[in-house]
Amino acid sequence: MTRRQRRLTLIGGALGTVALAVGLVLFALKDSIVFFNSPTDLVEKHIAPGQRMRVGGLVKEGSLSRGDNLAVHFALTDGSSEVTVAYRGQLPDLFREGQGAVAEGALDISGTFQADTILAKHDERYMPKEVADALKKQGHWQGDDQNKDAGAPRGTVQ
Amino acid sequence: MIAELGHYALVLALGLALVQASVPMLGARKNDPVLMRVGSPTAIAQFAFVAIAFAALIACYVRSDFSVINVFENSHSAKPLIYKITGVWGNHEGSMLLWVFILALFGALVAAFGRNLPDRLKARVLGVQAWIAVAFELFILLTSNPFLRIPDAPVEGRDLNPILQDPGLAIHPPLLYLGYVGLSISFSFALAALIEGRIDAAWARWVRPWTLLAWMFLTLGIAMGSYWAYYTLGWGGWWFWDPVENASFMPWLAATALLHSALVMEKRDALKVWTILLAILAFSLSLIGTFLVRSGVLTSVHAFASDPMRGVFILAILVLFIGGALVLFALRAPLLKQGGLFAPVSREGALVLNNLFLVCACGTVFVGTLYPLALEALTGEKISVGAPFFNGTFGPLFVPILIAVPFGPLLAWKRGDLLGAAQRLTGAAAIAAITIAVVFAVSPGGPVLAPFAMGLALFVMAGALTEIIERTGMLKVPLATAFARAKGLPRSTWGGMLAHFGLGIAVLGIIGETQWSAERLGELKPGQSISIRQYDLTLEGTSTRPGPNYRELAARFDVRRNGSWIGVMEPAKRDFPSRGTATTETALMRRGLSQLYVSLGELKPDGSVGVRIYYKPLVLLIWLGPVAMAMGGALSLSDRRLRVGAPKPARSKTALVPAE
Repeated sequence: MTRRQRRLTLIGGALGTVALAVGLVLFALKDSIVFFNSPTDLVEKHIAPGQRMRVGGLVKEGSLSRGDNLAVHFALTDGSSEVTVAYRGQLPDLFREGQGAVAEGALDISGTFQADTILAKHDERYMPKEVADALKKQGHWQGDDQNKDAGAPRGTVQ
Repeated sequence: MIAELGHYALVLALGLALVQASVPMLGARKNDPVLMRVGSPTAIAQFAFVAIAFAALIACYVRSDFSVINVFENSHSAKPLIYKITGVWGNHEGSMLLWVFILALFGALVAAFGRNLPDRLKARVLGVQAWIAVAFELFILLTSNPFLRIPDAPVEGRDLNPILQDPGLAIHPPLLYLGYVGLSISFSFALAALIEGRIDAAWARWVRPWTLLAWMFLTLGIAMGSYWAYYTLGWGGWWFWDPVENASFMPWLAATALLHSALVMEKRDALKVWTILLAILAFSLSLIGTFLVRSGVLTSVHAFASDPMRGVFILAILVLFIGGALVLFALRAPLLKQGGLFAPVSREGALVLNNLFLVCACGTVFVGTLYPLALEALTGEKISVGAPFFNGTFGPLFVPILIAVPFGPLLAWKRGDLLGAAQRLTGAAAIAAITIAVVFAVSPGGPVLAPFAMGLALFVMAGALTEIIERTGMLKVPLATAFARAKGLPRSTWGGMLAHFGLGIAVLGIIGETQWSAERLGELKPGQSISIRQYDLTLEGTSTRPGPNYRELAARFDVRRNGSWIGVMEPAKRDFPSRGTATTETALMRRGLSQLYVSLGELKPDGSVGVRIYYKPLVLLIWLGPVAMAMGGALSLSDRRLRVGAPKPARSKTALVPAE
């Protein structure tokens, strides 16, 4: 092999590998990304049943009901609209009524969101960012100020 | 008083870092040995002051001094001592202080042990290291000061996020930081070489041990974090392709590539420019990781900081260092003398192949991690890129690496014999083929690719052993001779073998866990049982008991295998009143290399509890693999040739001393 051939092999191999990687990325991006919607988006965008996505909002107070065999129903709201979510399995430790949560799954024909994954707010000071943004958009955001309040230490402690 | 002392020490450390960042650099430029020698003592002194600051913060936590905001927000007087200490790095400010502590530690280590480095290179390395220290110490002092006080001290703290009160989390951040902050040394070496405008094989020899050290800790840190997520989060996953995990995984991939390319540079004086670029990229990815985790741009498990000021500051550091390094690279790299070319089929060729695939795999992880952020910033559209993306891109790119791993060490430098290497791997291939056949026979109707993946894992492991067998001639010469030869092999050969073997182990565990694990969900009343594979778990009852800073609801399960009793599992749920949060304490039972996994759900008013049960075959191998890899790294590091500051072997003296 001449120097030139060696160099060409090296460059060819590198380009081939990079092309493979780019191809894989483009292919995977087409199929495996999931969009995030707020309950209002669901109403406005007329999303077709069966399309995989995430929905986030506050878990509506009093909406959580448990059925047999770990089935749960609850409503996610952003203040303007709400969507009923059905899920089977254990809810995360931090799942509460009145707190933020994100569900991943798809709408069924009746308009219920069939979730296979539920993500909850991770600690008392932390709200999923999509949820916070969705709430801000709907003008129902108070979380920040409340958090600031709770975070600012006062002289007395309960 | 202690907090003020810590704050003051940190300010002094910043002052020292400024000296360290300028004086040795100036000395190197003017070729003034006196100025250059300022570097080492200041690096050590700077470390000492950062250490004082860090110790002061720990002292505040141990004494539960709630007049310090950081302690008030993240600690509680009832917390066990160990979690008071580890709470120091369970929050933004403290973990940044740990970051700087480790940065200064590595600088001090180079100052103390880099005695055989040429003065000028050492001065510049310490100088660049100090630039990073200045940036991050300013960041802490200006935006994330952990020593701030509250005017009216509360009597009780708000406690550490309970999910972080765990032995795994006690050691995960320090290990991880030792890894990815450790890569700053490779970065400093790269920049020093670029400023110097000259680089040779000896450079690679000095850089490699430091990279190896950082890589070992990074490997262990990632594995530890994965195991923590596995048993803490309660749903049996050990890797989520979460942006924060990716943030530590990308530097790992780049550092792995760097270790291999530095090998080529050291042995053959080739791939210089590429190696420098990798050293820059590896630490740049660490900085990006720090930005992702610490700026709060992510919606993720770990992102506890969310102050835009901090985000902008880190972004500025990021742009300055990565941008600056790449500009310097673009200006200076053409001046570096290129090394020799080599045949595509050779040890060098194999290492280049390894680099190509590792870097491309790293690139796909990078795209998947940052694409959602970029898209949201540009279009406002919110998406999530999850496991399917990464499995679909990273997986196919990693398969060629795994196939190539056993070939690399069997090829000769300069010009290798692929056919010969293939012949020597016949045994390994046979083992792989037998594995595939056996797996097919044992689990018919299972996933089609799984048996081949198992075969591949065994091929990697057997391939690693093949190198040793070949080099000792174990099957051809008398055992005593082979043993003598084995003793004569350099430790770095054994280290490489063990690391590759560990890779195979990890793959085996990953395949076993992902393809053959079983999951059961159920609701049980006392006396009822649930079964998974050959195991039956009977709920004996539930009880509540108090812990130091929580109340615990524990369920007791009797576990039987094919009817005979083998033990008790006690999963629990803990309520932390100070934060109003709960955690799930999973119960694990080891069965060989596999595990039974029970996590507890809700307790219903009628006395039944929700449970989630898994049987995870070979799951322990996922973490034992990285441990073997890190041990391989340690073995290689103990090799005389690589030992930092070891006297040079006589015969390679000429190669080691750079032409002045």
